[in-house]
Amino acid sequence: MNKLKINRLKDSSFKIWGIISTLIGLILLVIFIGDILDDGLKRLNWDFITSLPSRKPERAGIYTALMGTLWILIMTAIIAFPIGIAAGIYLEEYGNKKSFLSRLLEINISNLAGVPSIIYGLLGLEVFVRMLKMGPSLLAGSLTLALLILPIIVVATRESLKAVPDSIREASFGMGATKWQTIWMNLLPASMGGVLTGVILALSRAVGETAPLIVIGALAYVPFAPSGPMDEFSVLPMQIFNWVSRPQHGFVINSAAAIIVLLTITIIMNGIAVYLRNRWQRKIKW
Amino acid sequence: MLFSTMITVLTTIGIVLVFLGEAVGFFKEVSVWEFLTDTEWTPLFANKHFGILPLLSGTLLTSFIAIVVALPIGLSIAIYLSEYAPKNFRKTVKPALELLAAIPTVVYGFFALMVVTPFLQQIFPDMAGFSALSAGIVMGIMIIPFISSMSEDALYAVPYSLKEASYGMGSTRLQTAFKVMIPSAASGIIVSIILAVSRALGETMIVAIAAGQQPRLTANPLVPVETITAYIVQVSLGDVPHGSLEYKTIFAAGITLFIFTYILNNISYVIKKKFHQKYE
Repeated sequence: MNKLKINRLKDSSFKIWGIISTLIGLILLVIFIGDILDDGLKRLNWDFITSLPSRKPERAGIYTALMGTLWILIMTAIIAFPIGIAAGIYLEEYGNKKSFLSRLLEINISNLAGVPSIIYGLLGLEVFVRMLKMGPSLLAGSLTLALLILPIIVVATRESLKAVPDSIREASFGMGATKWQTIWMNLLPASMGGVLTGVILALSRAVGETAPLIVIGALAYVPFAPSGPMDEFSVLPMQIFNWVSRPQHGFVINSAAAIIVLLTITIIMNGIAVYLRNRWQRKIKW
Repeated sequence: MLFSTMITVLTTIGIVLVFLGEAVGFFKEVSVWEFLTDTEWTPLFANKHFGILPLLSGTLLTSFIAIVVALPIGLSIAIYLSEYAPKNFRKTVKPALELLAAIPTVVYGFFALMVVTPFLQQIFPDMAGFSALSAGIVMGIMIIPFISSMSEDALYAVPYSLKEASYGMGSTRLQTAFKVMIPSAASGIIVSIILAVSRALGETMIVAIAAGQQPRLTANPLVPVETITAYIVQVSLGDVPHGSLEYKTIFAAGITLFIFTYILNNISYVIKKKFHQKYE
């Protein structure tokens, strides 16, 4: 065999290896989801969703955890959304991008995005739970998660503002608009698709987070659904973690069923994000 | 708005202050030397030892296994998708793979314990119910999309003219990929690997569920180990009074983890800024 043939052979064998690698990822995804559905679907019914937790696996439900997750989701959104967008607008539109301060802020945000979530949990434990005396409440949990997803929202806001061409800004200024009017009436509507996509993806990450909430002291067993921001709470991932760690087989089935609910929420949120991204991309043509 | 921006700075300052405060309290009672060199970590037992090495070795072992799994597969996917795959295939497969990264980690923990561990026990009959191997493999699967997606972006950004020049010289796609594309996109690929490592080091739920809770200094992937993150979870689940030495240990362990990931993140940032090649 001459060299050319060997090279061509190597080329096609790598192609096959590449296909295999790609499929490994996808096949594992299918196996995972199939296994979960197989274990959990038979347990998943309306009773399971509306029942309170119990020591008996057949009677236990996820009502309190599901309510906790919804509370956390809404409160985290309320806290993180305005702060994240404001910070993104400031960095992109107001800050002098070459100044030392802006560069420092940028490095800082990219660093925060890489800090492990459990570290945020320790921060929340010390600052919100202990110093501000919130206890292991919904408020402390959502503040912690809001800090965790803030960098993601800031980066998403900046990226989508960056995508708005300068001609739009100049046209608006040319009409005599102030900087704030330009941002509020032109830039934000134009970049909302990207911003919302980023926010929803960030929230879907917050919904799946377990570690920081364990650290701030969220409970695995809460007898009643929370009714206010200062109540103690549990969330779906906590409930799953708790059930997985138990030896009885019934709880394993329960955790699979709870995972189906959690994954459904995550996938719906990701779906909305993808939909928004596509819709806005099609609608706006510069 | 400036205030909102400052919240991000306050977060960093908060992290640093909280950790310094608790860690100083910890190191008043335990010497730094003991912390760094003692080979046992038993703060919850009667006979207390405070050596971070067993937790660190557990963390590094699981992360190492994860990278060994994720790097070859992730890079192959990136090269395949950018050099070989038809455009439509790439368009559908990439988001599907990114879905792997969107799955909550507690779900991965479930897989590791319920699917991967029983499977591995058939291959290694004397493997324990909790092990670094099982957790590491699943963690590797989790970080595949980090490496594949970011590396693919980097490869995709290399200008077409370089590729065409290489083809014009008679190279195959494989030669083009390894001799032209990868060196050109090296900084992006390295950044993706560093970020994946940093992610693996800080990963909590998979190791808390599937790797066990027995801190030990070992390189054997078949026995239970405990990582820094799993230890923090273990203590948090228990009832440890505020201000006690046990309470401070989680901050001492946390600061170790923070320093590691902080250094890695900064390296990746510098590489991204400095070595980012600009093509005309």
